[in-house]
Amino acid sequence: MSFQPVKFYQTGTFTVGNRLLPPEERSVQSSDKRFNSINSGHRACQGCGEALGARYAIDAAMEATNGQVIAANATGCLEVFSTPYPETSWQIPWIHSLFGNTAAVATGIAAALKVKGQTQTRVVAQGGDGGTTDIGFGCLSGMFERNDDVLYICYDNGGYMNTGVQRSSATPSAARTSTTPAVGSAPGNVFGQGKFLPAIALAHDIPYVATATVADLRDLEAKVRRAMEIRGARYIHILVPCPLGWGTAAHDTIRMARLAKETGTFPVFEAEYGEIKSVLAIRHPLPVEDYLKPQKRYAHLFGKQPKVDVIAHLQAQADRNIKRYGLLEQGTR
Amino acid sequence: MDKPFAITLDPGSSLANLTGSWRTLRPEYVDRLPPCNAACPAGENIQGWLFHAESGNYEKAWRSLVENNPMPAIMGRVCYHPCEGACNREQVDSAVGINSVERFLGDEANKHGWQFAPAAPPTGRRVLVVGSGPAGLSAAYHLTRMGHQAVIYEAGPLAGGMLRFGIPKYRLPREVLDAEIKRLTDFGVEIQLQTKVTNVLEAMKDGFDAVFLGVGAHIAKRAYIPAGDACKVLDAVAVLRDMEGESAPLLGRKVVVYGGGNTALDVARTAKRLGAEEAIIVYRRTREKMPAHHFEVEEALQEGISIKWLTTIKEAGMSEDGGDIMVEKMALDDKGFPQPTGEFERIEANSVVLALGQDADLSLLDNVPGLVVNKGMIEIDAGMMTGHPGVFAGGDMAGNERTVTVAVGHGKLAARAIDSWLRGETWVPPPRHELATFERMNPWYYSDAPKTMRPVLDIIRRQSTFDEVLGGLDETNALFEARRCMSCGNCFECDNCYGVCPDNAVIKLGPGKRFKFNLDYCKGCGICATECPCGAIKMVPEGN
Repeated sequence: MSFQPVKFYQTGTFTVGNRLLPPEERSVQSSDKRFNSINSGHRACQGCGEALGARYAIDAAMEATNGQVIAANATGCLEVFSTPYPETSWQIPWIHSLFGNTAAVATGIAAALKVKGQTQTRVVAQGGDGGTTDIGFGCLSGMFERNDDVLYICYDNGGYMNTGVQRSSATPSAARTSTTPAVGSAPGNVFGQGKFLPAIALAHDIPYVATATVADLRDLEAKVRRAMEIRGARYIHILVPCPLGWGTAAHDTIRMARLAKETGTFPVFEAEYGEIKSVLAIRHPLPVEDYLKPQKRYAHLFGKQPKVDVIAHLQAQADRNIKRYGLLEQGTR
Repeated sequence: MDKPFAITLDPGSSLANLTGSWRTLRPEYVDRLPPCNAACPAGENIQGWLFHAESGNYEKAWRSLVENNPMPAIMGRVCYHPCEGACNREQVDSAVGINSVERFLGDEANKHGWQFAPAAPPTGRRVLVVGSGPAGLSAAYHLTRMGHQAVIYEAGPLAGGMLRFGIPKYRLPREVLDAEIKRLTDFGVEIQLQTKVTNVLEAMKDGFDAVFLGVGAHIAKRAYIPAGDACKVLDAVAVLRDMEGESAPLLGRKVVVYGGGNTALDVARTAKRLGAEEAIIVYRRTREKMPAHHFEVEEALQEGISIKWLTTIKEAGMSEDGGDIMVEKMALDDKGFPQPTGEFERIEANSVVLALGQDADLSLLDNVPGLVVNKGMIEIDAGMMTGHPGVFAGGDMAGNERTVTVAVGHGKLAARAIDSWLRGETWVPPPRHELATFERMNPWYYSDAPKTMRPVLDIIRRQSTFDEVLGGLDETNALFEARRCMSCGNCFECDNCYGVCPDNAVIKLGPGKRFKFNLDYCKGCGICATECPCGAIKMVPEGN
């Protein structure tokens, strides 16, 4: 567990704020003085998880560094909806890179700051799963391997959503996208392909790797804060549900992220130098159906004849996560 | 303006883009009626006072509580807390211990000597209150708050009515009762003891503009039981009343109580404490049909009271010294009514106490025109007024549900109606909010926190002394218990809506001022409504 949870204060640390907590123990997002790094008026869809996740993460980084953050941003939803030239929603120094070279651009900024002696200014690189796990993967792996002083944040919504919901290497098995249609004998995305980038980041033995979701704000903020205490290459992978691509109701964005975590589909953990330090335990274990059913991208599994074998396969993936990361046991290891 | 190479437009902020125009559903903050408040017969704003208790401001919590009920220390002991039965938290782990927090607040007030806030300026109107039981005390308190002069005529030697002469000490210690009555008299409620009203219209001639009747129901119902001359058959009301006198009633070693209500249990438990070796309750139906509250039956059984279900008394005074009774076994028929079986049993007994319910003494109303009495109960309208203008009634004499809490509620309601009536208006109950049902909430956000159990007096002392059975909470666990409240249906400023909006379209107005929506940017996604823990946000369709 990356932060000290508070129990019995009515809602404890589950809600964004809590009037019963002393102000210094409240979240960044509960403050009326939060940075709002990404401002109103952006063109993200209704209920966008990525817009929310980006504000959670960058506001926390701004708070941790006293407002000294420069961000490099890969092409993708986040860039498109926030900055249609000449307008921008960003209220921080921000640069748009190519789709695939954000990690390299951020490395360059960090190097330049070092040369100028401005090491108090920190660099964040951010992008979606397409720009991170597919197109930008080489640059990212290089950044890890060189241990450049950059925090890379990946907002994972499981596909190329702004270009029309194409499959990425982070698209989960069996999910329908426009390039993995729900037709044929094995509908949806294939099993056994793609990659779970946090595990690859771990294999680089970099100082800090963490996963988070938009459903656990306190955990996410604590991880960004921890990342900003460390120098060197750091990676945070945030699950951000996409109402458009997943086929979920706009109001269910946080609920979907919560279900992903509670079913074990998306493991939430924290690691330093290749060793897992803590996990955010499952609070009320649930079967994967509870997570799959509300999503239209899995609708083909639940027709008149439910594809029980596919669902069982997805359940097995979740069970493996639960076992591998110890998701039923709270705490530090 | 000269622009750099390849730049054609001025830089701008996305704030120029009013995304509120995308919206088809609009979020609105609402207040819903919490189920505890809806269930409270005294009309307390339970969630309202728990809100202050949660932050540790017990005095403010107490002040909020006494706006509706002037006797929290009493209520925290004798109320059957229907609020807890309705509590939504029951569906998360267990209901909030509202009753124990209420008692804690009442005890804090007595400990610190908190007094009521000053009453409204005097109106010069005088109201007679007949009876100083819970209904009368409540009515007099609320009338005094409104600036009217309330005078209570009490027939008995001490104030409190059934609180004193009906409820045993082990449930309500008398110093608690005295403290809360004293606070009322200090506040300006005048109580004239030993003043029996025999004719209400006559009594009103002492310069009163209206009257509230709360005389209770003190006459024990009888059942015909053939009995020998020497037989000792008593009634429950008299036994409990005598407990307040100089000498305790003599019940003997073996006591049989006939009846299945709370009073029957009170008498049996009292008998046990007076030294009876055996206290047996005889009841003609089953435990499920018993009108007594479940926890009281449970407590009685723990104390060694035995209960004979499906049994009636056929004859009393069978032995030469007037003791022993003959009982008959009963069986339930198809319709659930007990029928005799012809199977008899003789039980050793020194006395028999009848606890078969009570009637009100309505003789003071004999000559009042317009008044309607139906099945021994006085008929009243929605504003607690009887058929005779200016004569109001409440408590046990005017309702089927005879509890202290109902009586307190009657008193408050009547006070409001009397206030309107004195101004020549008719009291209309204020409209109620929509109920805050569990389905409208998001229980994920509430910490896992089971109910705090109150300490219970050990069994030996419960069988031999009149010490209070149920203990109170101390400061830390009272605070914990208060904080288990989920604030169903009303914003408690958890900042969730403010935090979860992807469009920063919620404006935080500061402590105590809640939030407002910035409709220029709200896209109407509804995440705020889904993630509001207490269900205080509603999505409504936009007009054209």
